[in-house]
Amino acid sequence: MQFTLKVWRQADREATGDFVTYPVDDISADTSFLELLDILNERLLARGDEPIAFDHDCREGICGTCGCMVNGFAHSHERETTLCQLHMRSFTDGETIIIEPWRSRAFPVLKDLIVDRSAFDRIIQSGGFIAICAGSAPDANATPIPKEAADRAMDAAACIGCGACVAACPNAAAMLFTSAKIAQLASLPQGHPERIERVKKMVSTMELSGFGSCTNHGECEAACPKGISVNFIAKLNRELIRAALWG
Amino acid sequence: MLDAKIPAGPIEQKWDTHKFKLKLVNPANKRRFHIIVVGSGLAGASAAATLAELGYDVSVFCYQDSPRRAHSIAAQGGINAAKNYQNDGDSIYRLFYDTVKGGDYRSREANVYRLAQVCNQIIDHCVAQGVPFAREYGGMLANRSFGGAQVSRTFYARGQTGQQLLLGAYSALSRQIGLDKVKMHTRHELLELVVVDGRVRGITTRDMVTGELGSHAADAVVLATGGYGNVFYLSTNAKGCNVTAAFRAYQKGALFANPCYTQIHPTCIPVTGEHQSKLTLMSESLRNDGRIWVPKNKGDTRPPDHIPEAERDYYLERRYPAFGNLVPRDVASRAAKGVCDEGRGVGPGGLGVYLDFSEAIERLGKAAIAEKYGNLFQMYAKITADDPYEVPMRIFPAVHYTMGGLWVDYNLMTTIDGLFAIGEANFSDHGANRLGASALMQGLADGYFVLPYTIGDYLARSGNNPQDTTDGEFQSSREAASARIAKLLTIKGERTPDAFHRQLGKLLWDTCGMSRNGPGLETAMAEIPKIRDEFWQNLKLAGSPDGLNQTLEKAGRVADFIDFAELMVIDAHHRTESCGGHFREESQTEEGEALRDDDKFSYVAAWERSDNPAQPTLHKEPLTFEHVLPSTRSYK
Repeated sequence: MQFTLKVWRQADREATGDFVTYPVDDISADTSFLELLDILNERLLARGDEPIAFDHDCREGICGTCGCMVNGFAHSHERETTLCQLHMRSFTDGETIIIEPWRSRAFPVLKDLIVDRSAFDRIIQSGGFIAICAGSAPDANATPIPKEAADRAMDAAACIGCGACVAACPNAAAMLFTSAKIAQLASLPQGHPERIERVKKMVSTMELSGFGSCTNHGECEAACPKGISVNFIAKLNRELIRAALWG
Repeated sequence: MLDAKIPAGPIEQKWDTHKFKLKLVNPANKRRFHIIVVGSGLAGASAAATLAELGYDVSVFCYQDSPRRAHSIAAQGGINAAKNYQNDGDSIYRLFYDTVKGGDYRSREANVYRLAQVCNQIIDHCVAQGVPFAREYGGMLANRSFGGAQVSRTFYARGQTGQQLLLGAYSALSRQIGLDKVKMHTRHELLELVVVDGRVRGITTRDMVTGELGSHAADAVVLATGGYGNVFYLSTNAKGCNVTAAFRAYQKGALFANPCYTQIHPTCIPVTGEHQSKLTLMSESLRNDGRIWVPKNKGDTRPPDHIPEAERDYYLERRYPAFGNLVPRDVASRAAKGVCDEGRGVGPGGLGVYLDFSEAIERLGKAAIAEKYGNLFQMYAKITADDPYEVPMRIFPAVHYTMGGLWVDYNLMTTIDGLFAIGEANFSDHGANRLGASALMQGLADGYFVLPYTIGDYLARSGNNPQDTTDGEFQSSREAASARIAKLLTIKGERTPDAFHRQLGKLLWDTCGMSRNGPGLETAMAEIPKIRDEFWQNLKLAGSPDGLNQTLEKAGRVADFIDFAELMVIDAHHRTESCGGHFREESQTEEGEALRDDDKFSYVAAWERSDNPAQPTLHKEPLTFEHVLPSTRSYK
């Protein structure tokens, strides 16, 4: 297969970026999208050009490192697919593909397709945990947890922190990411003692980090490679009201 | 003689007695000790969080953009613990016994016993952290049998157990970062270790965004930098996983133990072509319900549903009736290679075997299978474009885990004073073969419940270690790192780092992969120095040392992989017995099973660097077995 790639190139955080066009040919349909970038990079390096910088690590859809906008879709036009899970058989031969980094004020571009997502870490640091020290836990079966609650917590906990929800949102909101952690911990009895403080602190950090507000577009769920539901955003809002009433 | 510092006394009491004898650091003094943790996976994140909870001053370094991304996250199947919640006869002793036996009698009994002891606390702690383990309708934790165990002792969170445990450790670490007890350095790579008078003083790092080299002094350094599976180029490891930190420690005098022990995992998605950049694991939990088979006849290219039952060979069930599809990984991998070598493999190139769920789907229903393995089936379908609910999966073994690592004593300290190694980065608990669901257990055991005790004893004994990072050893360390980077960038040859890495990986897979023999390893020993020579004369890089430069990072790692590969094949060559994941063709039974030589090789091979990389010095730590007496593993 052959493609024309229009790739965002930006030297560093302060530089002005632009699209650069690269034709690539001789690509097998079983090549993954990141392998396509590998092949292009090998060819660029062979002729002495600097390869395209992109984030990636596990290449099996779980670490959340990779991600960029492909033809305007976060990760992929395919449902529940990370960039590394996207394969070239999903494109048509000869297609032009536009590749750019996540676009959000809270995710500054570091180079080419790499962005700084440390704002996500700061949201977790402000309250996305249960404060327990190693050694002090009771027996694991001491507190029965209904299967439905455990399953709901797991649905929320499946978030890989890739940032596609922010990239897909017209407001660049981080509500899906934040709500997933809040919903996970609020679904479990272990999360209850810090429930009020947690939602207040995490939402406050989120708002101070430069993310936009949620206006119910639902683009986040559509883009989420793990299918995290927008129902968790409703849950976050309920937790916020709860915190306002009882906090 | 290497002293593993194994405490005296009955095995059941060793750890408790030892914990009591360990010196304590006064709570008010803990904040005066600075500990550096390199790596933020299960072992590193859990250790860093726990040390900070205790009051130490902790700094953490990882190459990823966030500690949540370490490759522990990709572990799928589960974590073992001897809770015996299923009332099926499990116990600490049984878990200990299974792990020593599974490791083919090449691990330390005392370490394994401690691991089996502390693992129950891990489950308690993770549940308290909010890890959403699978549960039964009554609200209790669910378990499954996993990877060669005859009891159901594996706890799991769908097919994402590693992710959930790592996010648990990450949340604990994040809490400490938020409290300012841990200073987190993401996108930082360790380039050199600073050692003075046999004691570790700190590290030299490169900020991967700015290119700046930095010096960081510490009273103790913990390496939690994972395994070296990527030496093979193709493996199930993340692309960034590397041996650099461990190998830098080796270069500074730490002993490297059993580098030839690598685990080839039986259930991975087969290679599709030259463009392939990594391999993907399919959890071996799939073997609980999937049946492995190949056609009985060579060269049978019919689609699987056209091959009648009578013409299928369920070779694991046939050869190992007691364990069937659940034999340990090394046995399952070699059997798959065997049937493919016979010409009965399936799929492109004949390098694959079927993993068939049709019977389980008929018996349990599609919904039940989807609940257990849904995300794995989805992952498989995305990569192969086949639907495993309809057609059998195709699987083939791939490099997955490395049992070898930095040699550590019972306290998890290397032979460099103050330098500790935990998780996959050390060698200690899995012998020559790791059982399924044991990696998560070991990483978290080391980080939450072992290292926090033993490191305190070291600090209490050695006292503070204030260092000036502006000159002396720190300065020469920065200069060495800087010179190496400059050298890589000035070669200006013709071949890319990936080209060298692929070449090295193929050589190792062919000579030091699933089976090894003397002449093959000798070829590798002759070829690796040639690859190294060419690398340092013909490497092509672009960009500058300042700022983000991914090919430069890769080049540094490949350089270390090349040097490390030499050590690995030397170890594989010297160990002329077969054991666990190390299968020497010269040493097998008439039936083709691995044949150990306990008289000659019942020891840990710990290698010390010498000026000639082809002749490292071998130190032996004898292994003695008082409880699990070595026998030929039989899974028949």
